[in-house]
Amino acid sequence: MPRHVVGPVDEIPPGARKLVEAEGKRVVVFNLEGEFFALSDRCPHQGGPLHKGPVMGLVESPCPGEYSYGRAGEIVRCPWHAWEFDIRTGRSRFDPRRMKVRAFPACVEDGATLQAETFPVRVEQAYVVVEL
Amino acid sequence: MNVIRPEAAAGRPLAATQGLIDVDIHPRVRSVKDFDPYLSAEMRHRLHTYGNRPRHGFVKGTPYFKSQPLASRRDAWTPEGGTPASDPAFTATQHLDFHGVDIGVLNPLQPSGQGDMNNPFSVAMAHAVNEWQLDQWVAVDGRLRASVVVPYEDAEASAAEIRKRAGDPRFCQVLLMSRTSHPLGNPKYWPIFEAAQEANLPIGIHAFGYSGWPMTNGGWPSFYIEEVSEHATSCQSLVNSMVIEGVFERFRKLRIVLIECGFGWLPSVAWRLDKLWPTLRDEVPHLTRAPSEQIREHIWVSTQPVEEPPRPEQLLDCMGWIGWDKILYASDYPHWDFDDPRHAIPSYIPEAKRAAIYGGNARRVYGF
Amino acid sequence: MTALPLGAVDVDLHPMVPGLAALEPFLDPLWRDQISQRGMEGFETQSYPPNAPKTVRDDWRPADGSKPACTVEQLRAQVLEPWGISRGIVTPLYGVQLVFNEDMAAGFTRALNDWTRAKFLDEDARLAASIILPMFNAEHAVAEIERLASDPRFVQAMVLVMGETPLGRRHNWPIFEALVKHDLPLAIHAGSCWRNPVTSLGWASWYMEDYAANQQAFQSTLASLITEGVFSKFPTLKVVLLESGVSWLPAFLWRLSKTWKGVRFEVPWVDRSPIEIVRENVRMSVQPFDAPEDAETVDRLMNHLGSDEMLLWSSDWPHWQFDGPPRLPPGIGPDLMRKICVENARATYMRLAWETVP
Repeated sequence: MPRHVVGPVDEIPPGARKLVEAEGKRVVVFNLEGEFFALSDRCPHQGGPLHKGPVMGLVESPCPGEYSYGRAGEIVRCPWHAWEFDIRTGRSRFDPRRMKVRAFPACVEDGATLQAETFPVRVEQAYVVVEL
Repeated sequence: MNVIRPEAAAGRPLAATQGLIDVDIHPRVRSVKDFDPYLSAEMRHRLHTYGNRPRHGFVKGTPYFKSQPLASRRDAWTPEGGTPASDPAFTATQHLDFHGVDIGVLNPLQPSGQGDMNNPFSVAMAHAVNEWQLDQWVAVDGRLRASVVVPYEDAEASAAEIRKRAGDPRFCQVLLMSRTSHPLGNPKYWPIFEAAQEANLPIGIHAFGYSGWPMTNGGWPSFYIEEVSEHATSCQSLVNSMVIEGVFERFRKLRIVLIECGFGWLPSVAWRLDKLWPTLRDEVPHLTRAPSEQIREHIWVSTQPVEEPPRPEQLLDCMGWIGWDKILYASDYPHWDFDDPRHAIPSYIPEAKRAAIYGGNARRVYGF
Repeated sequence: MTALPLGAVDVDLHPMVPGLAALEPFLDPLWRDQISQRGMEGFETQSYPPNAPKTVRDDWRPADGSKPACTVEQLRAQVLEPWGISRGIVTPLYGVQLVFNEDMAAGFTRALNDWTRAKFLDEDARLAASIILPMFNAEHAVAEIERLASDPRFVQAMVLVMGETPLGRRHNWPIFEALVKHDLPLAIHAGSCWRNPVTSLGWASWYMEDYAANQQAFQSTLASLITEGVFSKFPTLKVVLLESGVSWLPAFLWRLSKTWKGVRFEVPWVDRSPIEIVRENVRMSVQPFDAPEDAETVDRLMNHLGSDEMLLWSSDWPHWQFDGPPRLPPGIGPDLMRKICVENARATYMRLAWETVP
C-alpha cells in the first residue's frame, strides 16, 4: 500500500491532530500520548469533517447512575451529528461491530530509513508515516 | 508535501433542478448589543439589565444542555472567532455558496425575545429583530429572506407587526415557536392567523420556545435526548390543537410550515384524529372536514432532522403518506444536526421528487 | 372479521366502578367514613367523562339508563360470550390514582383492587386483572404488589401514562424491581393523573384534544423508560402499552435512535438502539389502531413496526373503538391475527398459564 510521510513527529504533539491529503484521500492523524493513529476525515454518516470534531474521553456505564470516564482524548466526535469514534480503531461507539470510519496504519520511522521517499527528510528526525 | 483543499468539495445537489431553497437558517447576533440600534433607550436598558427572560430558570444558555456548544456544528465558528451564523459572509462561504443555495429563509431564535415573560419587552424585541434581519442580513445577501418575528403571546401586537411588514417582499413568512403558553390552536392566537392570512404570508412554526409548562405531559424529563424527542411530540400537540380548535375552518387560506419538528410522526397524527373524529363529532360540530384533509391542505413539513428509518423504503412510505408536494428542504445551518443537502435527502428518492423537495414545493408555498 | 381465533385473549377491558358506595365494603373504616363525612363525590376522571361517546359504546349502555359496564354479567354478555374470549384482563380506570393524599390514595387503591377481585375475578375463571398501583409513593406501590402478587389472577400492574414526573425516573425503580421479582409486566394505560396539563403546551380546549394527547404521552413515557435506563437495569421487565394507538411507535423510535447515536454519552447505560430495546421489552394492545382502512398502508405500517410479536388483541370494552363485532383494519392476515389474539398475549403474560380454564 502506498506510504505517505505526514511530517516530523514534532509537528503533531500529544493531543494534537493534523489533516493530510494524499492518494485522493483526506486523512486526519492523531497523536495519543506518543502513539499515532490515522482515520479517514469523512464521517460515514453524512461526510462531516472529523478533523474539526472535538475529542473527549469514553463515557461508559455499568448501570444507570454510575459512570466510568476514562481514555481521555481518545474519542473523536463528528462536528456535525456528534457520532463518537474510537481514535485507536475507527469504530463507532454506538455500533462498534457494524459502523466505523476507515482507519489507516500509522507509525513512526527514522529519517534515515525514509531517504528514498520523495518527501524531503532529515536523517536525524523521526517522521509519522501513514499507509493509504 | 501536503496540499490540503480547504474544505471538502463544494457542490450543489444535481437533483435541485427547481432550485435549492433552504427554509431553515438561523442567523445569530454576535452579542445582544447588535440589537441596540433598533431599541428604545428604555428597552436597551431592560435588555442589558434584566436580559431575555424565557420561561425557564437560567440567565445564560438553556435548561437542557445541548450536546455541542450553542447546539452548533463545531466548524461553524467564524474565522474571526464569532459565534455560528453571526456573519453573513461566512454563512455564504460555508453554506449558501458552498451548496449553491438560491433562497434561504432566516429563522432567528433566541435571543429574539419571543415568548419572553415580559410582554412589552417581547414586542420591542420583535420589532428590533425584524429590523436587524433586514439591515444585517437581507440587505447584505439577496438570497436571504426574513421572517416576521412576532411577540406571539400578545396576538394583537403580533397582528400589528405582521400588518406593518405585509407587502414587503423581503419578508417571506411569520415566525412562531412551537412551545407556546397555550397550544397554538387556542383562539387567543387567532388574530395572528388572521393577519398572516390577510398578508398572504405562510406561518413558519419552528421547534422551540419555552411554554412554561413541563416539557412533557407527564412532567419534566431529565435529559437533552428526551427534549429532542419532545420537539416532535410538542409539535404533534400543536397540530392536534390547530385542527380540533378549527383554525383551518376559520382560516381557509392559511399555510403552516413546521420547521425542525421532524415529520415521520405526521401520518399517525392524521390517522388518529381521523379515527377519533366520528366518535366525538358531537363535541366538535365546527369541524366540517376530516382532520387528515385539513392537514393535507394546510400543513407542510421541513426535512431536517431527516428521518433515518432502518430501511430506505420506509422513508419513502412516510413521505408518500405525507405527500411529496408537502416536504421542504431545510439545512438548520449552523446547528449540529445540520443536514447537508447532498447527503440528507437520499438518492433513492426519485429525482423529480427530490427536485420538488429541494425547491419546487417551497416556491409554491412561499410564492418564490 | 366476525370471529376471533379460538383461545383469544382480550388484554384491555374496563369494568366501571358504579360509584364510591361500591368500594365501601372494601375500604378501611377510616377512608370509608370520610366519603360521607367530607362529601366525596367520586373518582370519575376527565380522561373519560362518563357520558362521552368514547367512554361507553352506545349499544353497551343499558337501555334502562342504569350504570354501564359495572357487572360481570354485562362483561359476559357484551364480550366474553359473543366473542368467544378465553381469557380477559380487566383494568378498572376509576381515578384512585389521582388522589393527592398518599395514604388516602393507597387506601382507595387497595379497595379498588379488592373490588375487582370480588366482583370479577372470583365470579369468572376466565378473568385476570391488573393491580392498580398507587403512583406517587413507591413504597405504597411495592406494598400493593407484595400484597397481591401471590394471587396468580393478577397478571400485571397498571399505571396511567400521564403522571406527575416521567415514569422512568429512579424514584420509581423499587416498583420495577418488585414487578420483575414477581413476573408481573408493567401496564401503562391511557389517561392522566391530572398533575400536569395534557400537553407540554398547556391546557386543551376540547375533550377530543385530551383523548388525542395520549398519543404524545406514550412517546414521552417510553422515551423516559428507555433513556433513564430502566431496561438496562431491569432487562427482563416487560412493558405493555394499553390503548396507545400503535401507529406512532415507528417514527418515534426512528427519531430517538437517530438522536441516541450522537447523544449516547449523555445516557451511556443505553447500550443498544432504542429500536432493539423496544422490540424486546415492549408490547402494545391494538385498540385504538390509528391507521386508515387501507390494507396496503396497514401492511406497510406492520413492516415499520418490524415485529409480529408486539401486538396484543384488545377490545377496550366499553370504550368505543369500533362498531359491531371485533375488528381491525384490513391488511392483517389470519396468521398475524392468531399471533395478536392468542400467542403474543400468552408469551407476554406468563401468569396466564398458571391458571387453567375449566
